[in-house]
Amino acid sequence: MPNQATVDWTAGKKTVADLGEIRKEYSEVREFVASPDGERIAVVVRKDDDVVGVCVNGQVWEQDLEKAWHLAFGPDNRLTALVRVDDEWTVAVDGELWEERYEFVWNTKFSADGSRIAAQMKQDMRYGVSVNGQAWETLYASCRDYALSGDGESVAALVQVEDLPEADIFKFLEGTWSVAVNEQPWERKYLNVYAPCFDETGKRVAVEVRTDATQYTVAEDDEPWETKYTCVWEPSFRPGHRGIVVPVRVSGAWTLAEGGKPLWKNRFMQLWRQRFSPDGKRIAAVVAPSYGRWTIAVDDVAWDQTFGDMVLAPLFSPDGKHVAATVKQENRWGVAVDGRAWSETFDMVWEPVFSPEGDVVLAKVERDGRYRLVANDRLWKPTFELLWDPVVSPDGKHVLVRGVVDEKYFRQVVSLGEIMG
Amino acid sequence: MSDPTDMMIADAGIDEGIKKLTPERIEQTIRHVLDNESAARMKVYLETCVHCGLCAEACHTYNSRDRDPDYAPVAKVKNTLWEMVKRKGKVDGPFLKNAARIAFTECGACRRCSMYCPFGIDIAYQIMTVRRICSLLGLVPQYLQDTTNSHAVTSNQMWVQPDDWIDTLMWQEEEAMSELSGARIPLDKEGADVFYSVIAPEPKILAQLIGNMAVIMKAANIDWTMPSADGWDNSNMAMYSGDFEVMGRVERAHWERAAQLRVKRIVMGECGHAYRGAVYDGPKWLAWKQPPIPMVHAVEFYYELIKSGKLVIKRKIEEPVTVQDPCNIVRGRGLHDKLRYVIKALCEDFRDMEPRHEHNYCCAAGGGVINCGPPWKLSRMKSIRCKADQLAATKASLIITPCHNCHSGIEDIIGHYKLGMHVKFINELLVKAIDLES
Ligand code: SF4
Ligand code: SF4
Repeated sequence: MPNQATVDWTAGKKTVADLGEIRKEYSEVREFVASPDGERIAVVVRKDDDVVGVCVNGQVWEQDLEKAWHLAFGPDNRLTALVRVDDEWTVAVDGELWEERYEFVWNTKFSADGSRIAAQMKQDMRYGVSVNGQAWETLYASCRDYALSGDGESVAALVQVEDLPEADIFKFLEGTWSVAVNEQPWERKYLNVYAPCFDETGKRVAVEVRTDATQYTVAEDDEPWETKYTCVWEPSFRPGHRGIVVPVRVSGAWTLAEGGKPLWKNRFMQLWRQRFSPDGKRIAAVVAPSYGRWTIAVDDVAWDQTFGDMVLAPLFSPDGKHVAATVKQENRWGVAVDGRAWSETFDMVWEPVFSPEGDVVLAKVERDGRYRLVANDRLWKPTFELLWDPVVSPDGKHVLVRGVVDEKYFRQVVSLGEIMG
Repeated sequence: MSDPTDMMIADAGIDEGIKKLTPERIEQTIRHVLDNESAARMKVYLETCVHCGLCAEACHTYNSRDRDPDYAPVAKVKNTLWEMVKRKGKVDGPFLKNAARIAFTECGACRRCSMYCPFGIDIAYQIMTVRRICSLLGLVPQYLQDTTNSHAVTSNQMWVQPDDWIDTLMWQEEEAMSELSGARIPLDKEGADVFYSVIAPEPKILAQLIGNMAVIMKAANIDWTMPSADGWDNSNMAMYSGDFEVMGRVERAHWERAAQLRVKRIVMGECGHAYRGAVYDGPKWLAWKQPPIPMVHAVEFYYELIKSGKLVIKRKIEEPVTVQDPCNIVRGRGLHDKLRYVIKALCEDFRDMEPRHEHNYCCAAGGGVINCGPPWKLSRMKSIRCKADQLAATKASLIITPCHNCHSGIEDIIGHYKLGMHVKFINELLVKAIDLES
């Protein structure tokens, strides 16, 4: 999520870079990435047979790199890349390399303000996490994923705390996995741990745990719920509440539970990706009310309209009154808002965004090989060769458009009214 | 009577599990599965079978083991599920050891027998129910269980670490580039037309198959991507060990990664069981009637590329070639004609198998059988003598196997029965045959 305060909201169009020139200059040009504020566009280019570089607005970082991938701008618009120099990996931030080097580094994540950057790392065949270039001292036999708290001060990682000899299915049953919070492993060991998350304060951690071969539940700060389930999906902290909410499977059907107790009464064939209104009072989730039909349920009530292919995670408007989701039916992608699908369908839809007032839903879409913006079911006329997700200004009056036409990358601040037609 | 040496095989996954069981747990688990998890069709199958034995001729284990009636499909169900039903779950350790052996090692869930049963009874489904019971009781062959554990931890079936996966893709990209200028493996490319997924043995031991695909994609000018994070492995041995919760988790990761990358469709590498898991069993457990994003098997993809002229064949393979029709994409999906179109485009001297198409015999490796590991290899070889005869009769020297299980299983058969043949994936032939200049 870009920090809208960093965006220059002066109306108008600014051409930032000529991608055609970049393509002419280098034998290989990889995938372009635009900064959240639209001011910069970056790409990995091949400078020589064995040398790549990171090109930002046509200028290549000085440092020669053996490899570079996973370009990612943080919310503060700093550009990160995972790079290899002298056969060692590190993170480059706006062209500066972290001093520490690793056998491998991947899976970059940012704190909400972008000031803290984390990545998984491996050294001497042991695994951990590095934050702002400082790797953990305690490393583990493996690490599958991690969560970074909103302030970036804490990391909760899924770590293998016991070595597992080959094909040792008995030791596996004793538990070889746990969670390390800021390097320190929890005491309990589990068969599996999945999907760590922090609460708003960054102090409490919840994960999905498998306590024996057939039992799953949620552990909060290493304390598993007493209630066990045959399956659960990703838990999440409800904002403004103490509770942890999780999809659980009970007697072959799915529902939501909070703190080990049933939260919703209805049972679904499937339920996942629960999301909260900003005040935590309302909950929406992807559900299958019947076999092969998908929709969104809000506060335990499924929308009447259902979709045959797929429904992606719901999104609340900032005021919590509206819910939107990407939907798919008969291989066409669309958007549904408050239970009604738009009439327009697309070859692809990217994650929709709400205006601050919640009255407009915007999304990047693809049709016939070109990208467009669509707002409240109306297609904006311009088409793009490349396009990034729209960013709405805090006052809801403008939209930052980041796109490429005729190989020119530009950023343009357009009034929302114009896009709405 | 079943082969006594096979009945004596020690497998810690089964033997140690039995020691921990109580009669109450056995009964409760069996009743739970029969009462709560089995579809109504189970009851229908049990009531419909007239014990005629017509299914026997269909099964490679029966045919390979001197037509011993104990290896007939109906006998496999009779000695496992029927007894569990009849005794209302009151069965003991020795019974379960035998049931686990039959369910995991003597039936590959190939579904050939269903075609020969006058009522279309799905023996494989009933055997899978026995496996489910065994899984809940903790009675899964050790190596198959280890594969399932790998899926549970890593989502992939061979304990591939996240960095090893990415590193392998980068290495294979370099290899592909040296073959064909401009070949790439674009990682995490949002909005690509094709999401290419593979099974874990590829990064682990057959990495060149990924490099080959990068060359093929470049030659055909396909907009494609591979994911750098979990969800890249489309295989699913948890489906065969009976751990459906892990199966569902693995399939969900695969579909959600593709959705996150906003791809138009998934193309999967040459694997049969992975196709079944991703297109049928996985989506079904997760409540999808069909895959949420279109998915095509490599055979369909190659067919499409050759037929449309996106790939031009320049040099045909000259040695005599035959093909193994993998159960899950031929009996399961009817891809035999497309498979032959691709092979005939690639090979000068194609010698078809007899029986063929949906009547082809299983390789005896599929259905999780090969994943039961070394303790069961000799038993598996005894169960597949008919395939050795079938292969030898083609007088081909090269066997094309567009499935990883078939590939490994047939390599074992060639070694055990000294057939003097060799095995290849289509991918390996294609990369040598296509015109890289145009
Ligand atoms: S191996 Fe195939 S033919 Fe034999 S019993 Fe199993 S499903 Fe039927
Ligand atoms: S052919 Fe069908 S009815 Fe006859 S024994 Fe086999 S499963 Fe039963």
